[in-house]
Amino acid sequence: MTDSRPDVVLCPGGPMLLRGEHVVHDEEGGEHHTTRPVSAVCRCGKSASKPWCDGTHKLLPPKLRP
Amino acid sequence: MTTLPKPRGELSDAVLARLRDAGQSRPVDVEAESADDAAISLWVLHELSYRGFDDVEDDAERDPDLLRVRFDLEDRLESELRARWPGVPEGRELVGDLHQWIAEHDGPSLARHVQTEATEEQVLDLLRFRSVYHLKEADPTTWVIPRLPVEATAALVELQYDEYGVGDPARLHAELFARGMEASGLRPEYGAYVDEAPVEFLEQNNALSMFGLQRRLRGAALGHLAAFEATSSLPSRRMAQGLQRLGFPAEMVGYYAEHVEADAVHEQTALRDVCGGLLRAEPRLEPDMWFGAWACLDLEDRSAHRLLASWGVAA
Repeated sequence: MTDSRPDVVLCPGGPMLLRGEHVVHDEEGGEHHTTRPVSAVCRCGKSASKPWCDGTHKLLPPKLRP
Repeated sequence: MTTLPKPRGELSDAVLARLRDAGQSRPVDVEAESADDAAISLWVLHELSYRGFDDVEDDAERDPDLLRVRFDLEDRLESELRARWPGVPEGRELVGDLHQWIAEHDGPSLARHVQTEATEEQVLDLLRFRSVYHLKEADPTTWVIPRLPVEATAALVELQYDEYGVGDPARLHAELFARGMEASGLRPEYGAYVDEAPVEFLEQNNALSMFGLQRRLRGAALGHLAAFEATSSLPSRRMAQGLQRLGFPAEMVGYYAEHVEADAVHEQTALRDVCGGLLRAEPRLEPDMWFGAWACLDLEDRSAHRLLASWGVAA
């Protein structure tokens, strides 16, 4: 048997993963619906596709990553 | 439908002749005369297990003499890769350290060139050569699914479901690329540009198919997947910007834009859940995962060097 999988995962130094359907509100109050089985929400604040992660955290020095 | 490519030497000539003349049992006991000859032969033999060819009997996939040639060529490719591989990096643990290990890798970047400097003609070259893989995107990894423990199976199917468009054929990644090709004035049919593909691009394809088709290489297949996804999101952004700079159609830009967000997810789940899931059940496979991850970067470096050199661009 395996443990039940989490629906929300905080990746070290990276995004927050959301499993399933969700509506994410951004800082301006805009609504964003998830469209994939798993979505990655930006946590470093530098993504060009916010609220979604675009991998930009990997370009930041480690101390500026989430 | 797919037509057979042109031969690149004595072995591929013999393989193609045997495939065309079913029932004649033409001999295939010749050595590959070059890396090109070996690579196109293996590409053709692997395709018999994917979509096959218009003018080849489906049963050719099970021809014992052709299988012997395929296995010899796979052994040769794997030996060459293992001979170049520096081995498992010291003091690193795959799930925790792979992304940092990749960040420290200093290879030539085709995406960076496309973003800022490439000409339209150079980008068309790249799209034609990349189409050999992108038109069957995700397929080689699908072979691995039934060979995994339960946690890794569920995670890989979740990832592949996204690759395959969440059930919508119009969102399937290979279909997005085909639409981008057509909108860019290129042929969208599967395998249309194989004859033009340099040997390094064929070897990228062949390694992926080999990792997928051989159960014993399941660790390498998943290590390759983790590295492939981890080197996709940021380069896809650069590709999308370069395509926009050159005025490519929205369909082609959209293919790469989709990969920015999709692979920002996949690079996390491929490593944590897919590789991690297999490692928890079979920890002895970790060296093979490093091997697969290294092979992904090595083969991409070789393709990039080849293409940049052909354009007269310093790597």
